[in-house]
Formats: sequence, C-alpha cells, structure tokens
Amino acid sequence: MNSMASVRETGQVGRWRLLPRLNADTLTIFLFLLPTLVLIGIFVIWPIVNSFQLSFYKWNGIAPTREFIEFDNWSRLLRDDIFVKAFRNNLVVVSLSIAIQMPIGMGLAVLLDQGGRFFLFRLFKTIYFFPMLMSSVAIGILFKYIYDPSFGLINPALEAVGLDSWTRAWLGNTDTSLYAVIAVICWQYTPFYMVLFLAALTSVPEELRDASLIDGAGEGRYYWHIALPLVSGTVRTAIILSLIGSLKYFDLIWVMTEGGPSNSSELMATYMYKKAFPSFEVGYGSTVASALFIIVMGLAVFMLLFTRRFETEV
Amino acid sequence: MSKRDPLKMVSLLAIGMVWLVIAGMPFYFMAMTGFKGQFELFSGRSVFAFPEDPSFQNYEEVLTSGSFFTYVRNSLAIVGVSVVLILLFGSMAAYIFARFRFRLNRPLFILIIAGLVIPVHVTLIPVYLFTREIGLYDSLWALLGPYVAFNLPLTIFILTDFMRLIPREIQEAAYIDGSGPIRFFFRMALPLSTPGLATMAVYNSVILWNEFVFAFVLITSPDNRPLPLAIWEYQGQYAMNIPAIMSVLTLSALPLILIYIVGQERVLKGMMAGALK
Repeated sequence: MNSMASVRETGQVGRWRLLPRLNADTLTIFLFLLPTLVLIGIFVIWPIVNSFQLSFYKWNGIAPTREFIEFDNWSRLLRDDIFVKAFRNNLVVVSLSIAIQMPIGMGLAVLLDQGGRFFLFRLFKTIYFFPMLMSSVAIGILFKYIYDPSFGLINPALEAVGLDSWTRAWLGNTDTSLYAVIAVICWQYTPFYMVLFLAALTSVPEELRDASLIDGAGEGRYYWHIALPLVSGTVRTAIILSLIGSLKYFDLIWVMTEGGPSNSSELMATYMYKKAFPSFEVGYGSTVASALFIIVMGLAVFMLLFTRRFETEV
Repeated sequence: MSKRDPLKMVSLLAIGMVWLVIAGMPFYFMAMTGFKGQFELFSGRSVFAFPEDPSFQNYEEVLTSGSFFTYVRNSLAIVGVSVVLILLFGSMAAYIFARFRFRLNRPLFILIIAGLVIPVHVTLIPVYLFTREIGLYDSLWALLGPYVAFNLPLTIFILTDFMRLIPREIQEAAYIDGSGPIRFFFRMALPLSTPGLATMAVYNSVILWNEFVFAFVLITSPDNRPLPLAIWEYQGQYAMNIPAIMSVLTLSALPLILIYIVGQERVLKGMMAGALK
C-alpha cells in the first residue's frame, strides 16, 4: 500500500486519463477485468480479425505455406451461386421464423393468459416449453425420423386425414427440405416467444383490463387495442432476437440435411463449415465466415439505429 | 378471467389441446419408440401404435453396454467448470462496470456486449487452428475457452444490472469499516447478486449442456465427447435401429426435463435471461 500511496502523491497530474490514478481501485479494475478481456480477446475478437486475414489466402489448413491471393476469395464469393443461395435461404429462414413464431407465440401467450391459473392451462404451459429444453442435435435427429417416409409420423398422419397426395420424402426433396427444416425451427423456438409474451401480458396492470372490460371492449378488443400496444417493446425485442438468432442456425440443419439435397437447405453457416473443414479450403471458408460477420453486424447496427429512431418518434 | 363462459372455456381448451399435440407428439413418439423392438417398425404396424411388447431393453442397452455415462460425465465436467468460471469472471467484470467510474468503462462494456450478436461460426476456423497449435485439440478442455468466452457477454450484461442496484450507502459503510474494493466484492456485492447468479447459472448450464458446434469441431475421440456430440455419433452407430436411437435421445433429454419439472419457475426465468433483462 505504501508504494501505491507514494505513486498517488508524486505523479499522475495529467488532466486527461484513460484510467483513474494508480491506487487500489485501479488495481481492482485491472485485475477484475483481466480474465474477461483475455478470454474475449483470444476467443472472440482475435478470431474475427484472423478470419479476415485468412480470407486473403489460399490455404488448406495443413501445409506450412499459404499463398497470398489478395481479393480472389472475395470476388469468388460474389460469383458463387451456392453462397448466394445460402444467403437467400438465410433470408427465407429469417423472415419465415419471424412471420410464424411471433403470431403463434403471441396466440399461445393470449391463450395461457386467458386460461389463467386453471390447472390444465398450467399443464399446457409446462409441456409447451419442452422443445426449448432439448438440444438442437437431439431435435434434429428426432425430426429426421419423424419426416422419414417409411417410419416417420408426418406421412401416416397425412394419410389418416386423407391427404395421401401430400406425402413425400420431406427432407430428401429439393422443393421441401428448407421448409421442412424451418417448420422444426419454429416448433423449437415458438415456446420461447410464448413465454416472453406471456410475461409481458401478465405485467399489464389488472386495472387496465378491468376498465376496458367495463367499458364494453370485450376480450378480443382488449388484447388488440390495449395489451398489444403496451407490449410492443417486447415484440420488438423478440423480433431482434429472432432475426439475429436465425442467422446463427447450424446444428439443426447440419443434423437434418447437411444443407442438402443439392444445397437446397444450405445456410451460410453450414456452407462455411463445409468449405473450411471437409473440403480443406480454409481461406475460402474464412471468406464465407467474414461475410457472415459483416452481414450480421450490419443488420445489428441497422436494427439498433432503426429501433432507436422508432423510440424517439413514439 | 372475471366470468367463466363455458363455451369460451371449451374452445380455449380445444385450441390448447391442438398445440399440446403439436408440441408433445414428437416427445411421445421418441419415448414410446424407445420401448419398441428393433424390427417392430418394419412390421407395418402404425407408428402411432403403442409398443407391441414394451421392454426396457433399448434403454438398458444404452445405459450398460455403451459409454453413455462417460459422455454424461464429460458433459457434467465441462459444463460445471465452465459455468463456475463464467459466473466468477462475469461477476468480477460486472462489478467493475457497475461500480467504478473510468473513461474506458462504457467503451469496454459496449465492446463486450457487442459479443452478443456475433455468430460463433465466424470464429470457428481460427479457434480450431489455435486449439491445434497449443496442443489442446481433441481434449475435453479445449472447449473451456470458447465456452466461457462466448457466454461471458450476456452474463456480464445481466449481472451488471444487478450490481448497479446495490445502494451506495452500503458500499460507503463498508469502506468506512475499512474494507477495500476486493473485500467488498466478495463480502457484499457477490452475495447481494445471488438471484442474478442463479439465473445465469441455469441459463448457461442449459446452453452449454446442449452445445454442439465447438464440440463437433474440436473433439474427435469417443472418450472425450460431451453428450450432444455423442448423440450425433450414436446415430451412425445404430444406423437403422431407430428404437435404440430414440432411447438415446430420450435419455439425453430426460435430465433437463426433470430439472425443469421440479424447478419450473427458476428454469423459465433462467432461459428468458437474454430477453427479459
């Protein structure tokens, strides 16, 4: 402590300091932030920088030398039909995720809100959330068999209701594989938004509901005109979460289709993995990864600015 | 609900049942198929049918013959150590961001929180190359760094909120009593943030228990696999024995579902940590 006290007395009079004076507080700040900064530096920040570096090389990941090829990987990326397709598929996943999960999640939240403390509805709530507890890998494998044309559930269920002509190999068909995967994504994540919306709905003051019902608004109009506007902040959060989350899907798609057949369910993340690992194109794989990073960060910044503007307007 | 309209109640229940089937049917299929014999699925009986001759044979085989418990132990070890480190490092950083004023406070906080939106796949190649270089490739502990680093941002975000709530007076009183910033952290700030720590423990445990990508890229040996990677490998091993695969899936999902049934509110709160703030 003595040495620190003397440092405090002797120097450090500059007006502009990056850190506070060197004393017990400074040491605490330094020591307490160190593990976090080191870990995030090594495993998050540096890999992003490194990905961009690697994107300028042609390298198989094993050879001691790698060839600097400037922007070749990047121009290849822009002309790469599969990447463009993966990007487009990602957009489909993002928009359908939002368009399906939000309304169903809200509908279920209203249902549970109406059901209140009645025990059957509490049982519903418990079971509805189950999909969120399973790993995406387990869900992927499970649904691979559910979609299976010979042993699965979907085709017999369709036959049972007389839709025989609809039966097909859902995951093995280039027209349906992406949508079959999206259906599973929605099955998995809808409960998350349901619980989120339910929490928001229950936080609406009871008096508002009572007042609107006394005024003869009816339950339907209460939700539409009073509750929904009040929870719009939560809906916005949910849309941002869904948007960012949808760009990160990998496990489920990898387990169910590996992006196939013939790239029909390829996403940017699965394509990046395929290029870097099984095909040993580390340079090009890094280019795909960097592009994914640019797209996600661009979207995040856009959403942030957009919602902030939205907030000031309201 | 103020007045119970029976017609409305019935229609609500009907809608509720529809979603119950959608949400629950896959679980029913999974658990029930696990009780079937390997060749029952080929016999032409309906897949919805109850097992012809229900037996625990598949479950028994998975639990006794394979390395199921090795995988469970691997998962418990890596998840346990990761969560402890995430909570320790996360609360330390949160304490600094919440209670200390310095110029880099805000910029560093924003830098770390930006980590929330970064897809892990962007870092996959460099992390893989780095892990090879330091000789940790194919070891369970290769997962520790990525697991902790990627879950720190949200943990710090949530815990910073908790630490901000500690009244100034408590801190001043503690300082007057002669305790310094570090002692204050362990004696006061940490215990006062227990609800936040519990929430983040649940959240991180669920996320890491189910983590796949890093395990997939960094581990190959069967002995070092955590559970999700092992499930993926089981699929190849049992190829056409669907009932056996279903029993593996059921057994792997069971722990979390049981914990959830016992402590539903806590798990729900934990799982919503990212969204509810």
